[in-house]
Amino acid sequence: MSLTPTKQPIIPRIKRETIKSLIKSGERIDGRKPEEFRKISIWLNPVPKAEGSALVKLGDTTVMTGTKLEIGTPFSDRPDEGVLQVHAEFVPLASPSFEPGPPDENAIEAARVVDRCLREPRAIRLEDLVIIPGKKVWLVFNDIYLLDHDGNVIDASMLSTMLSLNMAKIPKIVSIEDDNVIIEKTVKERPLPINLNVVTVSIGLLEGYMIVDPTLEEETVLDTKIVVGVDEKGRIVGIQKTGMEGIKPSQLDDLIDLALKKSQELHSIIREVLNNPNAYTTPLVLQ
Amino acid sequence: MIEKPVLIRDDGLRHDGRRPDELRPIKMQVGILKNADGSAYVEYGKTKVVAAVYGPREVHPRHLALPDRALIRCRYHMAPFSTSDRKSPAPSRREIELSKVIREALEAVIFSELFPRTSIDIFIEVLQADGGTRTTGLTAASLALADAGIPMRDLIAGVAVGKVDGVLVLDIDELEDEYGEADMPIGYAASIDEIMLLQLNGVLTLEEFRRAIELAKEGARKIYDQMKKTLHDKYLKIIEK
Repeated sequence: MSLTPTKQPIIPRIKRETIKSLIKSGERIDGRKPEEFRKISIWLNPVPKAEGSALVKLGDTTVMTGTKLEIGTPFSDRPDEGVLQVHAEFVPLASPSFEPGPPDENAIEAARVVDRCLREPRAIRLEDLVIIPGKKVWLVFNDIYLLDHDGNVIDASMLSTMLSLNMAKIPKIVSIEDDNVIIEKTVKERPLPINLNVVTVSIGLLEGYMIVDPTLEEETVLDTKIVVGVDEKGRIVGIQKTGMEGIKPSQLDDLIDLALKKSQELHSIIREVLNNPNAYTTPLVLQ
Repeated sequence: MIEKPVLIRDDGLRHDGRRPDELRPIKMQVGILKNADGSAYVEYGKTKVVAAVYGPREVHPRHLALPDRALIRCRYHMAPFSTSDRKSPAPSRREIELSKVIREALEAVIFSELFPRTSIDIFIEVLQADGGTRTTGLTAASLALADAGIPMRDLIAGVAVGKVDGVLVLDIDELEDEYGEADMPIGYAASIDEIMLLQLNGVLTLEEFRRAIELAKEGARKIYDQMKKTLHDKYLKIIEK
């Protein structure tokens, strides 16, 4: 059952009013412009035991994603495709309002939005992950781990997911005997086959004013937030409206235009990182 | 894998004979359950959904009560027999997500500040699923809230637009959802002209997205009119008596 959120971070009314009036005058509480992302820091493969991993800091929002590959059986209706699973954990160390236990609706929503944005444009070539058709395929487990929550979790999750998947290497298959596949995890054979990269741009709305990449404090005063998935060809690959107010249909055009424009920035970051991976495999300095 | 069926026939009509901008036959009834404070039964073609509202009522457990507004709780759930393969009755990740987006859509219209320290509980049961269950559920929940007499800014009509064989079509069914390229459910409050629920599962260009929103609004407006008529028919009769 889904409940009205009761454990919102407490922000003094005077600060809420300040955040609101700043947004309405085209400014932000942290000094950014309405259409500006926070500083983005990236580390590749911080967890070498995973087949691929990435850590993304979007301002103070910190997300680590690990990709694990295992041998398993395909879905019976898709015998010629590997399997992709996206999960998200909002672990209790990330925020005073998170509690231990199975993923809540926010974590499930984040994982499912990321999952759809990958699946619909066929971002991963699942057909290249078949070992024995109908019997053995690679299972791709993509686990998103939120370590520090300061708003706009989905954009950070999507970015770290995309980087982690790009870093993932498929282990070597040593032998196949009667449907029994033996792998050698320490020997990496080929990269995970990626068709195209996808990013999400989350746009917050307050009384018709739009802001990109809201912080947690800003999220608590927003009317609603729209997450737009955009692939590297500039196509819309997913949308999710979250939040407890409506949006005027007449504003959707401007909103999607802004999302498409801002998506190019994120795509160029992904390109730059993947072109110079060594520059981003430095030891983790989270400060 | 089964061969992809023809979704748009040579004559331009859909697999079930509908035009691209045509809704399925829609049926609505309100006040169908004795115990609930408000209830509704809605069919979009073969999709059948019942919704019930309890409240405003005392909150259990009490510590969840909010001092300045009603707590809204919403559960979207599919019956085990509603799908071709039996669905486990335990809530799936999909149902948890849909409960959230439907609740958020309804939060936007309910005057919850009028009922502090109470809860308004909304239950949606999908009895038969043939595509468009979240939008049918949203329409049913909105009618059930009105039937319960809960003050709202507007009714919300749910409808999905899809893209099948490259064509934008209104109110997609299960076959079109399964083999189509995109599914975009929306919840539209027609009098105040606001979109309360918006999701897109699939790939669209900017131009297609714009046309899809227009198509969805047109379809939702027809459903909205039928919702109003259903409520009028029931309550005007009572007033006349």
